[in-house]
Amino acid sequence: MSTQTTETPEPASKVELPAGVGGGGEIPTFDITLRVRRYNPEVSDEVRWDDFSMTMYGTDRVLDALHKTKWEQDGSVSFRRSCAHGVCGSDAMRINGRNRLACKTLLKDLDTSKPILVEPIKGLPVEKDLIVDMEPFFQSYREIMPFLVSKGHEPSRERLQSSEERERFDDTTKCILCAACTSSCPVFWTDGQYFGPAAIVNAHRFIFDSRDDAGDMRLEILNDKEGVWRCRTTFNCTEACPRGIQVTKAIAEVKQAILARNV
Amino acid sequence: MSTDIEAPRSGRVSPKYLRSGKSVGNFEMLAWLFMRLSGVVLVVLIFVHLYLNLVAGDGIKGIDFGFVAGKWANPVWQFWDLAMLWLAMLHGTNGVRTIINDYAEKTTTRRWLKGVLYSAAVVIIVLGTLVIFTFDPCPVINGVPTVADYCPAP
Repeated sequence: MSTQTTETPEPASKVELPAGVGGGGEIPTFDITLRVRRYNPEVSDEVRWDDFSMTMYGTDRVLDALHKTKWEQDGSVSFRRSCAHGVCGSDAMRINGRNRLACKTLLKDLDTSKPILVEPIKGLPVEKDLIVDMEPFFQSYREIMPFLVSKGHEPSRERLQSSEERERFDDTTKCILCAACTSSCPVFWTDGQYFGPAAIVNAHRFIFDSRDDAGDMRLEILNDKEGVWRCRTTFNCTEACPRGIQVTKAIAEVKQAILARNV
Repeated sequence: MSTDIEAPRSGRVSPKYLRSGKSVGNFEMLAWLFMRLSGVVLVVLIFVHLYLNLVAGDGIKGIDFGFVAGKWANPVWQFWDLAMLWLAMLHGTNGVRTIINDYAEKTTTRRWLKGVLYSAAVVIIVLGTLVIFTFDPCPVINGVPTVADYCPAP
């Protein structure tokens, strides 16, 4: 017969902390007013502004305030959000006049003495409240062919690249397609014809990729009258990018590449 | 009972946003390049012009009809002023063209504004060029020569 061994469970790890360390103290709270731009075409073509007052914590973001509004005060407030952690790019909106991700903007960084203005991003058709039609934005993105195009046969091993070659386009790989840049661009606001910073950033990502062979085609697409030459270097896009991409610099590099190719 | 489910909207773009065909040629690129190059040249042309006219010699008090006549008697200054006229006009016209493109929302508005702009530019360039080359400070009108201290004695 086998003897039963009783395993003693591992004792819970215990760290001796001196008093006063570890406790972060109470998180400060403050009262805010969220002023949301409301639009519901099924009810009225009129736009109105609704104020919502609430008490929030110092660790809360604008998205938390929107959640609190929707869950506790007015369930009809509509906005997009998916991951809520600055990765998916769903909740780009105009916060106090600047394009930001609601999930990356801390309330404590805003002026809480005044109402916090929350609007949909500009230049794209508003569908309801903070939700805009992103199709025109994605159409421009599709037009620059955002995928690897390579000549010749399928390789039998990985396509190798040196770290310097990777570094060349590293900045523009960070794009999450939130449309904060394109919808902050005054040229895009005019008539929506401009390809927009996001499309150019994603073209840049492949144009300067040593493994890609369709750089010339992309440069030709962006040499359009609605392409890179409509950029006026106002730097709104760089300021708006939640990923810190140097958007205006990327556009300038694409301009240089088109020049180098044609002159 | 069957329910009709609408096809996904993906790919359907509001017609306002559709680009009307691809533009051919490198016009926008060349216009962009021209702005940068003419800008650099104009800085030199304009500041030398301003210095010679307003600071050097008698300064601003020295400017009169005779001063301009004397300058344009020299082919160097004729060429200088011609280059300045053409570059400044084309640079300025292209700048206003891009502003119209950026701010006019309707195609018809755009067309009208650009029409006015281009007409004005052509009139000024042609008139200016004509003046630089046909300028005669001492014309003989009806057989009577102009008498001025800067004119050669008849």
